[in-house]
Amino acid sequence: MAARNTTHFSPWKRLGAFGLVVVLLYVMMALTDSWTPRLGLDLRGGTTITLTARNDADGSTPSQENMETARTIIQNRVDSLGVGESSVTLQGDRQIEVSVPNVSGDELVDLVGTTARLAFRNVYYMDYSAVAQQPASDGQSGTEGESDGAQDTGSADESAPSDQGSGEPSSAQSPAGRVLPELPTSPSPAPTERPTAAGSGPADFEGRLNWTPSQQDYTDFASWDCDQATPDVEDQPLFACSEDGQYKYLLGPVLISGENVTDATAGVPQNEVSWVVNLDFDETGADEFGQATTYLATQQSPLNEFAIVLDGEVISAPQVSEAIVSGSAQISGGNINQETATTLANQLKYGALPIAFDVSSVNTVSPTLGGDQLTAGLIAGAVGLGLVLLYSFVYYRGLGIVVAGSLIAAAVVTWATLVLLGTAVGFAMNLPGIAGAIVAIGVTADSFIVYFERIRDEIRDGYSLRHSIQSGWTKARGTIAMADAVQLLSAVVLFILAMGTVKGFAFTLGVTTGIDLFIVFFFTHPLVTLLGRTAFFGQGKRFSGFEPEHLGVSRASLTGLRRARGGAPAATGDDGDRSADDSKES
Amino acid sequence: MSTTAATPGPQASEQEKASGSGFFHKLYTSQFAIDFVGRRRLWYAISIALILISLLAVAVRGLNLGIEFTGGSVFTVPVSQVGDDTVSQVRSTVIDSGVPDVSGAQVTTVGDNSIRVQTRSLSTEEVVQLRQALAGQEEGVTSDDVTYQLIGPSWGSQITVKAIQALVVFLVLVGVMIWIFFRNWRMSVSALLALAHDLIVTVGLYALIGFTFTPATLIGLLTILGYSLYDTVVVFDKVREKTVNITKQNRTFSDAANTAINDVLVRSINTTLLGVLPVLALLIAGVVFMGGDGPLADLGLALLLGMVAGAYSSLFIATPLFSQLRERQPDMVKHRANLAKRARRAKARVQIATTEVDETADPATVITGPVPVTSEEGPDRPLGSKNSAGRAQPARTTRAQRKK
Repeated sequence: MAARNTTHFSPWKRLGAFGLVVVLLYVMMALTDSWTPRLGLDLRGGTTITLTARNDADGSTPSQENMETARTIIQNRVDSLGVGESSVTLQGDRQIEVSVPNVSGDELVDLVGTTARLAFRNVYYMDYSAVAQQPASDGQSGTEGESDGAQDTGSADESAPSDQGSGEPSSAQSPAGRVLPELPTSPSPAPTERPTAAGSGPADFEGRLNWTPSQQDYTDFASWDCDQATPDVEDQPLFACSEDGQYKYLLGPVLISGENVTDATAGVPQNEVSWVVNLDFDETGADEFGQATTYLATQQSPLNEFAIVLDGEVISAPQVSEAIVSGSAQISGGNINQETATTLANQLKYGALPIAFDVSSVNTVSPTLGGDQLTAGLIAGAVGLGLVLLYSFVYYRGLGIVVAGSLIAAAVVTWATLVLLGTAVGFAMNLPGIAGAIVAIGVTADSFIVYFERIRDEIRDGYSLRHSIQSGWTKARGTIAMADAVQLLSAVVLFILAMGTVKGFAFTLGVTTGIDLFIVFFFTHPLVTLLGRTAFFGQGKRFSGFEPEHLGVSRASLTGLRRARGGAPAATGDDGDRSADDSKES
Repeated sequence: MSTTAATPGPQASEQEKASGSGFFHKLYTSQFAIDFVGRRRLWYAISIALILISLLAVAVRGLNLGIEFTGGSVFTVPVSQVGDDTVSQVRSTVIDSGVPDVSGAQVTTVGDNSIRVQTRSLSTEEVVQLRQALAGQEEGVTSDDVTYQLIGPSWGSQITVKAIQALVVFLVLVGVMIWIFFRNWRMSVSALLALAHDLIVTVGLYALIGFTFTPATLIGLLTILGYSLYDTVVVFDKVREKTVNITKQNRTFSDAANTAINDVLVRSINTTLLGVLPVLALLIAGVVFMGGDGPLADLGLALLLGMVAGAYSSLFIATPLFSQLRERQPDMVKHRANLAKRARRAKARVQIATTEVDETADPATVITGPVPVTSEEGPDRPLGSKNSAGRAQPARTTRAQRKK
């Protein structure tokens, strides 16, 4: 009968195939040396920020290229924190999601939410970038265009107050900054770990203005090059490169931050022909800019330059020819044309982000809370599994072993899959994900119920146990496949539609449903087949779950010794016929 | 099967264990004969009442939407021990923090050692301010220990729009799925009505009790739709199997459908129980460890309510509805007429001849053609060897024989 169609593969072969897959999975885990799934931020602490792009000025939705550019820039900003394992992803057509582990939310929101990460820093040293491999010979000026200097447009009030008095470092740093001949060839020692958080450097403006690089800074700078990441910290020196990657700069702490720039416009001043960028500062900015330029104007090149740094890149390094205290400056130069002037003005005004963003949601989880959530999830899983196993043993007696074995097999495969998914596609397990896996325990166990109930139906119909295991399987597998298909389909739809962290729920639910299908075909069914050959299960011993009394059949019918083929009580004479039949079936 | 299989009574000596517990034994041996289809008016009435209550609850009380939908800020502050005055203390901290417009903040305790503060949607600067204020009131707590969630007001409404879109898309897809599975609009309509029932009742319970409705709740609800659909699919599968050649059976469609439900009842109860057990664990862990806050509790609750509703509707709503729709079709009307005629004749014949009813003498076979093939469980099926059509039949041996 139906048994014929289902025994193409012996149960041992199927179990072997299952074993092979498991071994393969764990070999892959060993090769990638990853044994635990990556945890989401809600389980280990961290901050997740969702940014929504504002509409462009003309009300249109931001373009995909701009979104991607913004994503890359934000990624760079987050990377500058040096926290590792951060992720910045596009969500939908106008959201960017930033996830960073173990960082205080406030700092991060400031970092990614603002359009401008613009800063003015002093230049202490500049050199050709080795990465650029550009044997340009044009000396010490910055990107050529802007190096002509900033000209005062306001009243060139020369009376820069007492700050000039604090100029004592200038004598010390001037020679040191200019020529350190040993630098390029110096045996570069392992660079020191640069600080990644503010707090250790000079706190006030004066301190920063008077800051000088240490010998260590010079050494580190010499071995540093543009392709290396470097922390961008406000009160620390910065190693930065020009936009085209040709020059590298050793810069001092931030003197004036971009927030103090109130406006920047590109234009051609009256009675002139070349493009300039006009820069306006607020009160603090004007004061600080005044002090800084007063000081810089007295320096030699390149120490008379200040660098405009945008997201860790020097976009312009104008020389200061005179003190500017009016709060309004002009950047002009040989290379400034309409295009570069407009770009520079926009960068000064908006920062590098091509689009303005609103902070839509922030979610911080402290490591403590994350640990608590993980514990709660794991306990829920253990309790859920325990309850299901308990019910299975109470209801199906010995067959509970099959449920337990299959669930453990499913757990082993699921674990490996989640670990490998974490390595391969960066899947991180979050709390809803754990919930999905727990809910899947029920879905998985249900496949076994479908199968067992079918076997019992067949036995009630008078078939022997061995036959029922096969014919029940033939009937059950369609139902199981369909059930899993429905579940899988809804998981896929949920995954596509779900927002934020609840995606994890749909994801693990889908993955575990797929695994369930695999387990039922390659583990549970062969296992039941093999168990059916044992005396305990095959003869329906007590507590085996196949007790004939409970199924309403005789033991003879169960073991296939007698079957009432003709129906009713007339079935006494064909024992011989039956056993012949039975041997064929099994 | 169970209805006619020569089940030995529970009095067999090996069975004293099972005979003691009536329901459990029934469950174990699948001996159920509940009239799902026949008493449909009762089930319909119950469900309609539930739906009306639910709709009323949603209309009057409305849903208690989480801040993900409404926008707002939630701070969770660790405290060493929640005391009687902790809440009022934290409230005054919030109000004194200097952040404007936070007098309406909701302060609640979560478990024994954390406090939840919910305010309007704050700006990032205000968040820093309030966070510091909250951290300052407890020794050893830094600003970083105060976790918070901030949802901008416009983001909340976007999430709501997206959630509604998700719901509509999902319902449409589920409808398509049902249509593909059954290829029969009567089944599809019945299943969809059952799903709608589950959805309305679950949402209604949320409104009635005032549970917070979060995106996790919504995902839970949508999962339910898949789950409930699957339950319905299994029941309908059995119904289809039992009624594939109903016109050749000695019973009405409704009877056959009812037998089918009773056959899958055990499986349905088992499925629901096994589905509910882990969900219960989720809910308990979410309430005990996380103070009922967060995705564990949200998902657990929505799934629990929905699963129970789903199991109920598959059995008590979907199948009776489908039977009702099917019985209206002309071939079923004719079938019922035939059965009635047959029953009259059989009755008449019994009055004439008191001998055993022989199948060859049954006039029904003449009318309906070939010998019934799949009617092994028809309650009024005449017993006869030919009925099995060569298929194996339950062993119907006497008890004396069985004991061998």
